[in-house]
Amino acid sequence: MTSAIALKGVRKDFGTFTALSDVSFDIKDNEFFTLLGPSGCGKTTLLRLIAGFEDTTAGTIHLYGEEIENLPPNKRPVNTVFQNYALFPHMNVAENIGFALRMLGWTKADITLRVAEMVEMVQLGQFVHRKPSQLSGGQQQRVALARAMAPKPKVLLLDEPLSALDLKLRQEMRTELKRLQRETGITFIFVTHDQEEALSMSDRIAVMSSGAVQQIGSPNQIYENPANRFVADFIGETNLIASRVDSADGMHVVCSLADGEVLTALANSPLGPGSTGVVSIRPESLTVTKTAPKGESLRGTLGDAVYLGTDTQYTVLLAKELTLKVRMQNQFVASQALKQGDPVFVSIADGAARFLVD
Amino acid sequence: MAAGTGSGRTVSATFSPVRGWLLLPSWLVIGIFLLVPVLLMLVYSFLTKEFRGGVIWEFSLAAYDQFVFDRGLFGDDPPQIEWAYITIFVRSILQALGATVLCLLIGFPTAYFIATRPANTRAIWLFLVTIPYWVNLLIRTVSMKFLIRDNGPLNEALLAIGVIDAPLQLINTNFAVQLGLFYSYLPFMVLPIYASVERYNFALSEAASDLYAPKWTILRSILLPVVKPGIIAGCILVFVPSLGAFLAPDLLGGAKTFMIGSLIEEQFKGNAGNWPFGAAASMILLSMVLVVLLFYARAQSREQT
Repeated sequence: MTSAIALKGVRKDFGTFTALSDVSFDIKDNEFFTLLGPSGCGKTTLLRLIAGFEDTTAGTIHLYGEEIENLPPNKRPVNTVFQNYALFPHMNVAENIGFALRMLGWTKADITLRVAEMVEMVQLGQFVHRKPSQLSGGQQQRVALARAMAPKPKVLLLDEPLSALDLKLRQEMRTELKRLQRETGITFIFVTHDQEEALSMSDRIAVMSSGAVQQIGSPNQIYENPANRFVADFIGETNLIASRVDSADGMHVVCSLADGEVLTALANSPLGPGSTGVVSIRPESLTVTKTAPKGESLRGTLGDAVYLGTDTQYTVLLAKELTLKVRMQNQFVASQALKQGDPVFVSIADGAARFLVD
Repeated sequence: MAAGTGSGRTVSATFSPVRGWLLLPSWLVIGIFLLVPVLLMLVYSFLTKEFRGGVIWEFSLAAYDQFVFDRGLFGDDPPQIEWAYITIFVRSILQALGATVLCLLIGFPTAYFIATRPANTRAIWLFLVTIPYWVNLLIRTVSMKFLIRDNGPLNEALLAIGVIDAPLQLINTNFAVQLGLFYSYLPFMVLPIYASVERYNFALSEAASDLYAPKWTILRSILLPVVKPGIIAGCILVFVPSLGAFLAPDLLGGAKTFMIGSLIEEQFKGNAGNWPFGAAASMILLSMVLVVLLFYARAQSREQT
């Protein structure tokens, strides 16, 4: 099976600024693939390279086995949903959706049929004769989607399409996008800086930072097994504690923290003693108890507690000004009656501590 | 969004009496310097001419009659259509149209070029476009005359590089008048088009390209329709003053390129003039311009809905 998109050594310079350096990965057919990262990480540049709005400085881009980086955008069978939709203001909804079909030389009858189909797909039936300025943000977004999907692209590129919508609409559209992708079987490449969007919709995510891919994996892999400190920090909440490896048995390491306490963690690759890095532990993998639990635990003092409905978030102060964020479901907390200043024990769920090399 | 609009309305309602007073100077200026002269013209066009210039306060349709009919030297022959003035009008319209097209062909690429420069250099380009207009129009038109005369630099350059064997007769031709009008009014085309191209969202061009449109189609069916208001504004700003221009036709043209502006100018010059006839010609010109603008306004409002 050829990949939908194959990137090899893709590099993009803007003058002296390197927006992307040596990016190589494959996107599978029929995949919902997300490029996730903070602004300026190069994710939009990568999307624009695939669309053809920018030329690569080096490297190759293949679309289903065919080299495309020298084709202009209008010769590439990929379509884009733009961040601010870029709907043609002088055309009504039907004309916008049918634009690509007219350019491809479809017959009038075929265009009418396809436009009707797309209009129904995005539920805009009563709006076909309206101009974009007469539509709400959510409706414009649907027109943009329908317009980009009408010519049946091999790959659909989505550039932060939900960022201009309000929260409720954004959540609705997530489900909607996922449904459209499943039903049409088109490969989606979705650019976002919103990790929740990425985790909830994607089959696979590429986490990017400063022009390079940091990790590619399923939402679960990325959350549970971050490849490095950046990914651990960027995705979800985590405790990052500087530490050093004392002894190692393959990927299982025993490491000591700045306050002298020792814990076992899992590394991404076999390490030797003396390696420095951080231990990453998700707040929900930690449990606070008043009495010493069985097995490994860290000793500390309870700081403040923030009640969050289903959860409560605690801050635990360890020695040497180290702090841990702990998140526990309230049904397990109620009986303990923890008070600020109490001496407590923090235990770590099995396999939840990750050692990430600097 | 809705809240924003609502509060905006409240503000304007609160301030509307004040705003009325603030507008007073504009109303006075427009009233005294625009409305009154036009009304004066209208009145004069229906009066009787005084032979040494000026008017006699006696109602008469003679001015309009003279424009359309030829009644012989003593005014008692059977009336025939007077083609002389109609020809001048038609020629003026064609000249103005030509100048507008020329300005559009040169002005649009210029405006597009400027609007697509980096933001910090646009001001410099715009400044360069306006530099010639710091010099008086009369002087610029006279210089044009020197440039294009039979043994002027343009002809000499063309002779030198061997494009032509004998000097081109440019002066006193329709082309010379076109050139003069084009040169006089080019910035009026460039500036409004620049303003609308500058506001154009180039993501639209990218979107069109993404949706399989080739370059020329993007220009024709996306860029041009979206910046149309700027183009139309530019065309009006060039066409209307070109129609009534008299400097370029006077200095660069000859008897065969006589335009309405010169015709009207003559009626008010010295003792030989005919004020009611000049006023009538002005009113006819004005009504033609108004008709064009009305058609435009109606087309615009129809497009909005």
